[in-house]
Amino acid sequence: MKRFIGFVKKEFYHIFRDKRSLFILFGMPIAQILLFGFAITNEINNVDIAVLDHSKDATTEEIINKISASKYFTITQFISHEDNIETAFKKGKIKAVINFEKDFSKNLIKERKASLQILTDATDPNTANSITNYINAILQNYQQAENKDIEVAYQIIPQTRMVYNPELKSVFMFVPGVMTIILMLVSAMMTSISITREKELGTMEILLVSPLKPFQVIIGKVVPYIFLSVVNAMVIVLLSITIFKMPIQGSLFLLGAESVLFIITSLALGILISTIAQTQQAAMMISLMGLMLPVILLSGFIFPITSMPIPLQVISNIIPAKWFIIIIKGIMLKGVGISYLWKESLILIAMTLFFISLSIKKYKIRLE
Amino acid sequence: MKTENVIEAKALTKKFGDFTAVNKISFEIKKGEIFGFLGANGAGKTTAMKMLIGISKPTSGQANVAGFDVYTQTENIKKNIGYMSQKFALYDDLTVRENITFFGGIYGLSRKRIKEKTQQLVSELGLEEIKHQLVGSLPLGWKQKLSFSVSLLHEPRIVFLDEPTGGVDPITRRQFWEMIYKAADRGTTIFVTTHYMDEAEYCDRVSIMVEGKIEALDTPKELKKQFKVDSMNDVFLRLARNIE
Amino acid sequence: MGISLSNISKSYKKVKAVQDISFEVKPGELFGLIGPDGAGKTTLFRILTTLLTPDQGTATVTDLDVVKDYKSIRKSVGYMPGRFSLYQDLTIEENLTFFATIFGTTIEENYDLIEDIYVQIEPFKKRRAGKLSGGMKQKLALSCALIHKPKVLFLDEPTTGVDPVSRKEFWEMLKRLQKKGITILVSTPYMDEAALCDRIALIQDGSILDIDSPEKIVEKFPKNIFNVKANNMYKLIQELQSYQHSYSVYPFGEFVHYTDQRDAFEIKDLQSHLKNQGLDNIIIEKTQPNIEDAFMELAK
Repeated sequence: MKRFIGFVKKEFYHIFRDKRSLFILFGMPIAQILLFGFAITNEINNVDIAVLDHSKDATTEEIINKISASKYFTITQFISHEDNIETAFKKGKIKAVINFEKDFSKNLIKERKASLQILTDATDPNTANSITNYINAILQNYQQAENKDIEVAYQIIPQTRMVYNPELKSVFMFVPGVMTIILMLVSAMMTSISITREKELGTMEILLVSPLKPFQVIIGKVVPYIFLSVVNAMVIVLLSITIFKMPIQGSLFLLGAESVLFIITSLALGILISTIAQTQQAAMMISLMGLMLPVILLSGFIFPITSMPIPLQVISNIIPAKWFIIIIKGIMLKGVGISYLWKESLILIAMTLFFISLSIKKYKIRLE
Repeated sequence: MKTENVIEAKALTKKFGDFTAVNKISFEIKKGEIFGFLGANGAGKTTAMKMLIGISKPTSGQANVAGFDVYTQTENIKKNIGYMSQKFALYDDLTVRENITFFGGIYGLSRKRIKEKTQQLVSELGLEEIKHQLVGSLPLGWKQKLSFSVSLLHEPRIVFLDEPTGGVDPITRRQFWEMIYKAADRGTTIFVTTHYMDEAEYCDRVSIMVEGKIEALDTPKELKKQFKVDSMNDVFLRLARNIE
Repeated sequence: MGISLSNISKSYKKVKAVQDISFEVKPGELFGLIGPDGAGKTTLFRILTTLLTPDQGTATVTDLDVVKDYKSIRKSVGYMPGRFSLYQDLTIEENLTFFATIFGTTIEENYDLIEDIYVQIEPFKKRRAGKLSGGMKQKLALSCALIHKPKVLFLDEPTTGVDPVSRKEFWEMLKRLQKKGITILVSTPYMDEAALCDRIALIQDGSILDIDSPEKIVEKFPKNIFNVKANNMYKLIQELQSYQHSYSVYPFGEFVHYTDQRDAFEIKDLQSHLKNQGLDNIIIEKTQPNIEDAFMELAK
């Protein structure tokens, strides 16, 4: 045990003396959260839209007022006929047109449903998508308010469900993704680099020719990073709560436990990488190309999995980050408990066990 | 006879902040001379050599290499010198011929000239059978001989050799020195930096650098006589003791 | 209780690193493996320190088999790999403490063994290993390899890239360690260091050329050897090589080492031959062969 503690102590010396790794450890989470929070947001503000109101009744007026009252939209134009929609778009000022059907109010009362059309300028698909979502959310709000005291609910069509992020803040969507990336990067890349560094320096030879057991070397390498990653996860959650006022809906304990599980998954991956890579550079390349890119592209962090081609959807299943993102989104945004997340958690546990057993199998007690 | 100086250094100095890496070194090297530039690791050899080959600007002092000033005429210097180091010499992932062609091209040799030179080099070194092999697959000794030949491709007036023969087997090492003698015989000046003291025995004259200063400069024979010892290794030991 | 190798072979893919190597190192002996880079020295060290398994043959260290008993061997040997394998970002003291801890001991416990080495670097113990000179790194690496009081010490090229003063001190330290009963296997590419060992194995291209004491190896040199010198070194070498009776011609510092095919060789014959070829200031004198001459003769 004394040997082991001595080893862990040495690892901490390495970490705290290397300015670069310290920066990656603590500078990156903060930088990333702030970057995603402030700069790269899908939020929209004061977007110009137009309205084509075929009914001009009390309900449509109310909805129009609601929309123009929000800070997201400014209604700059009222169009009188379908034919004018195209010209309105062509002028380039407006990003969306809301088209109410005829007898909107009447339909709503009589048939309990009415429809409206949202036309968006899809030259900027992200913004278009956001606009649709925002308008839908406003409609949703309106309906909920109206339906409160009515027995049979109204239905406004189209209807998009946006119940999990009612404040429509994109930073809330990014926090789980950023947290995933950082935990993955810190755990997998840093461990694989620190193991390959010993190979490069030749100190691995001395460690092998010593009474230290291989698993002691591995666990000794991993312990400091479990600790640091947990600290990192806490920093991210704290930043999200304090700076972005993000509410954590679910249990903090569950969030912590799931994070530790994912950290261990990533560390196991890091060890696996270090059994393949001989140099620090190779370890870094494999971590970046093999872990970071899939996490960013295929985990559902930036691009929704449902809109990917089928082969990529299938591939995304083998990416641990995908499951972790589902889990923490569930906990942070939906507030669900383990009864909803046990499947994803089991998948992560299975993956972790697989990686660990594979790296133990691949870890060499000799140099070959 | 050999009277023309091809390298002249006078009080050449290089400082990095407060640290003086090279402290007022002065020497002259004649055409066709084999000059050994000795010193322990960290004594300032590499820094001094970098100034002479025009890739590091001196802090003070003067130096001429092949008749060109190290402050203002570094481009001319580079055209007139060859350089070989143990650390970097040839590209391991190119074949013998590709390496020769590449380095010939760098020094602006015409295609015809490169072809002639390649032919000559390949036959002189007996590389006929392996000229299409990757340099990485050659034994260390061959690599070093080839690398020395490549540094002579453009017929430079001076060749700088940085620790050229470390770790090579004794026979190859002799062959390497024969090549050096041959080049020197043709009038090429050889500047060898090394921390292997037995390498010094092969040089016409040697300087020994300790902590940035040249502490001894003479023929190996004279130095051995002066310190009353049998080998350059012992000269170095005596010198180190005297300085302490 | 020493080291024993019998018929050890090892290949990496197609390259044969060592072939059919057998030798024994007696307990308490200072044994040298002498050969150039790529001769297979490091491969042998790695097999003996249980880092590699041989393709063929068996080897024992302190009577323990290097394949089967690797765990026991790892506890009782000290190993200093080719590059000074230290943690550059840890201080001298931290490096030493770390290696003591992983071997389950402390600096204090075995201080007497490393004392005369460690005192030389102790004044700098708060300095990081990356900022040390070659000689100091070498001393620290040796201290680290000794800290658990090993019975056998493996030193792979401990003097490469180190200045002559540190090299000399290092060999003096090895002699003192040997007196304390430690068996030492050391490798070096420097032929002049061979003379400092009890026995040596000359090794090239994965095969052993000869094993004996340095004195005996030199004694076995079959020829009379002559120092030759003239005003033009290059021409001298050319002339000697083309001389019809020459057996071997090797530049050797300021001289050329020359041996003749004939037993009845007369200095003045060669002298007049060289003079006829236009060389001046010719000096020819008999000299003693050294390890390097022997090595070249054996490798020929």
